[in-house]
Amino acid sequence: MNDYVSPVGQGIPRLETRDKITGKAVYADDLSRPDMLIGVIVPSPYAHARIAGYDVSAALALDGVAAVVTGEDIGDHKIGPFIKDETALAVGKVRYMGEPVAAVAAVDLETARKAARLIDISYEELPAVFDTDAATADDAPVLHEDLGGYIKVFEAENDRNAMAIIEIVEGDVASAWDRCAAVVEGSYETQAQCHSYMEPCSALAEIDSNGKITIWSSNQSVFHVQSFVADSLGMPMSKVRCVTPQVGGAFGGKMEQTVQPAAAALARATGRPVKVTLTREQDFEMIRSRHPGKVWMKTGAAADGTLLAREVRIVLDAGAYADDSPGVAGIAALFCRGPYRIENVSIESRPVYTNKLRSGAFRGFGGPQVAIAGETQIDEIADKLGMDPIDVRLKNAVQPGEEWMIGVATNKAGLTECLNRVRAACGWDEKRKAASNGSGRKRGIGLACIPHISGVLTSGAIVRILEDGTAILNTGAVDNGQGSDTVLVQICAASLGLDIDRVSVATPDTDGSPYNWGTTASRVTYMAGRAVVAAAEDAVAQLKQRAAIMMECAEEDLELRDGGRIGIKGVPEAEVGFRDISGFSHWVAGGPVIGTNSLAYDGPDFDPKRGYLKGFPFGKIGTWIFAAQAVEVELDEATGRITPLRIWSAHDIGKAINPTAVEGQIQGGIVQGLGYALCEEMVWDSGRLANPSFMDYKIPGIMDVPPEIETMLVEDPDEDGPFGAKGIGEPPIVGIAPAISNAVAHAAGIRLRRLPMTPERVLRTLRE
Amino acid sequence: MSEAIPISLKVNGRTHQLFVQPWHTLLQALREQIFLTGSKRGCNQGVCGACSVIIDGAVVRGCLTLAANATGREITTVEGLAQGNDLSPVQQALLDLGAVQCGFCMPGMAVAATALLADNPEPSDEEIRDGLSGNLCRCSGYVKVIEAVRSASAGGAS
Repeated sequence: MNDYVSPVGQGIPRLETRDKITGKAVYADDLSRPDMLIGVIVPSPYAHARIAGYDVSAALALDGVAAVVTGEDIGDHKIGPFIKDETALAVGKVRYMGEPVAAVAAVDLETARKAARLIDISYEELPAVFDTDAATADDAPVLHEDLGGYIKVFEAENDRNAMAIIEIVEGDVASAWDRCAAVVEGSYETQAQCHSYMEPCSALAEIDSNGKITIWSSNQSVFHVQSFVADSLGMPMSKVRCVTPQVGGAFGGKMEQTVQPAAAALARATGRPVKVTLTREQDFEMIRSRHPGKVWMKTGAAADGTLLAREVRIVLDAGAYADDSPGVAGIAALFCRGPYRIENVSIESRPVYTNKLRSGAFRGFGGPQVAIAGETQIDEIADKLGMDPIDVRLKNAVQPGEEWMIGVATNKAGLTECLNRVRAACGWDEKRKAASNGSGRKRGIGLACIPHISGVLTSGAIVRILEDGTAILNTGAVDNGQGSDTVLVQICAASLGLDIDRVSVATPDTDGSPYNWGTTASRVTYMAGRAVVAAAEDAVAQLKQRAAIMMECAEEDLELRDGGRIGIKGVPEAEVGFRDISGFSHWVAGGPVIGTNSLAYDGPDFDPKRGYLKGFPFGKIGTWIFAAQAVEVELDEATGRITPLRIWSAHDIGKAINPTAVEGQIQGGIVQGLGYALCEEMVWDSGRLANPSFMDYKIPGIMDVPPEIETMLVEDPDEDGPFGAKGIGEPPIVGIAPAISNAVAHAAGIRLRRLPMTPERVLRTLRE
Repeated sequence: MSEAIPISLKVNGRTHQLFVQPWHTLLQALREQIFLTGSKRGCNQGVCGACSVIIDGAVVRGCLTLAANATGREITTVEGLAQGNDLSPVQQALLDLGAVQCGFCMPGMAVAATALLADNPEPSDEEIRDGLSGNLCRCSGYVKVIEAVRSASAGGAS
């Protein structure tokens, strides 16, 4: 057993990959149940209207139709993670085109679709607002007349359609400008980005004779599904069981409700299993997007490049319902300082209701909207001061142990190392010197830094040692495809001294899994991973207790040995294997070994003495993670096309549990970032989404990926992370757009302040 | 409703007799009648490529092919790529190189890569990109997919 190699740090293939590439892996829409019906959701045809009445008789009369449910049937049970402002099917009013208004279940899809067209709902149209300027005008129609009376999980002021006003103030910005040698100021606009997970939203719900509903669905947290289904249908949570088959990508888009409440309502109405799967078009129109943002920012620095002040006003277009908007707006405010020491900051952030699709969580969570402003302003400051942009960043980069705004310590901050690694790898100093000459195809290189967090809220883990000494791990954490099942098994196996094939992972199931808040906030490796380490330690302590009885010695004399054995310290031959201990514990004494852990993020609190914080919707947030990304581009001045040639990405991740999976996260995030920077944009024509398809909404294809993407991992172990690990999911998407904007500025001297940077916008800016 | 059409679908070497409506796609027939759910419905309009299957050696979109038109032809789906427990070279490379994340695009990706290498056993990187340009993936960033296909090609084993 001396040849045991810890699985932590090994780039082993994902546990579920074999199933996925042979077609065996089961996703929600692949499931069927005996006597199953197919459900279809009826969307609102209006952006803002009062519902005057329903006539479902023609639909119900159609042969093969089992039930129709509307907002009247499910009742006015409001849900929402921050503000309870939304019902699963519209009640009283509709607030965006595409909002679920009714649902129908029938024997097959064709019948259900035909019935959906026969459902007659009468509306009285209301004036609508489609952007944040119109929504915040004095005479703007109000979307949520009862906003003041809604249940909220945080305290914030609101103003008409601005659902929350979040403020962070430190130091004294007003008096700092005078001390600045360089001041830059600008307005920036970012677009709605569609998550575009390859698997459209899908749920299958089934009800038993006791009224308990089981829901298989594509999601990011079975516990969120349980909570919003129970709340939206007025049921006790104990009567809702949620399970997850494989998930075909999520990126934040499946964090809150999708089609689960409608499927459950139809199962309850019919007593039969009902599956609801959206078409791609409906998924675009009905679910959620990244917030479009309008950011005004001003930054000032001293002559030596020391950043002295930053002032920011953020307005996020939240769409018709709050969803995760207060959280996104809060995190945008927290991140918009950038990963720099700036003593004087004044930030205001407002998420604003409009009559469009709700905006919600999306990889980066408010970071991308402010990074394009913040990271291009650092370059503009460098320009004005005649300094190198990396030198300015290094001068101001947060250092390990320094506090973020409002007093949260940054622990191990690997930003400086990230910057140095990228600078060396990309040949920065040489490439920045090479001036573009003439017109035509010009090359440039640009860089951006990213601050993010990994953590928040709660997780748990259960490690059971089975009768034969193998183990099963249950965390309730949903693997959305990023590889968390494999990573958590690696952590568990390493903690028990077992090979990974001796540990299997349980499917998330609200009936049997410990609570896990969600696969979001780059938190599963860090938070669920910590719970797994602690639960495994608990299991080892129990194994030692049983082994002490077997070997007639004291527990403290025992040690865990690699390969699944407990032995007496200093006596190599005195040991007993997990199989024998577990057999003994199951059948003789001690009882089954069940290691558990329950964890809430326990990092430092905000320090109210240090700054002014208002309306911020989080308490403790997480451990900090940093990154630096550089992109070399070619700009075609004739066509306006920007071609990314090479990308370098360095990440402060603590420790890579599975380096191959980490690399995959970085590469995938970068390419989503290319889409955000260059081509992806949801476009509305008044209230109607004009491009709800992959034909008209362009996500990067294989031809759009530069031939070289170099990833670099900065591994300085986090004190609390499992084996030192921190999260990696979100940062890779964030720096790409500002790095490209900076590269274009280097190539052609123009500043692009609006995303995506399409050829049309580039040409327009070139001609200005 | 019009009369259902009797068809004979030869999928991965097995023949299935079924009745389909004239508007039913091959993807529908595979998923809902033969219960081969490996081929995925990502967009149902021929853009994403998750439903790619091989018919008589050529990659086609299951969602754009009428089931009735596929009668009697040789169809290979993702379920037909491995020989029992032995993965095909493309599948093995996708597994070994960690190219698979959520996996929803992978049945189509694996099918398209298999057809590409059958036509061109030693493709250049540009030819790999060209051969997979009809398959969207939102997770991987394609980098490891390209590496995997390169490694599964005749010139890539070294």
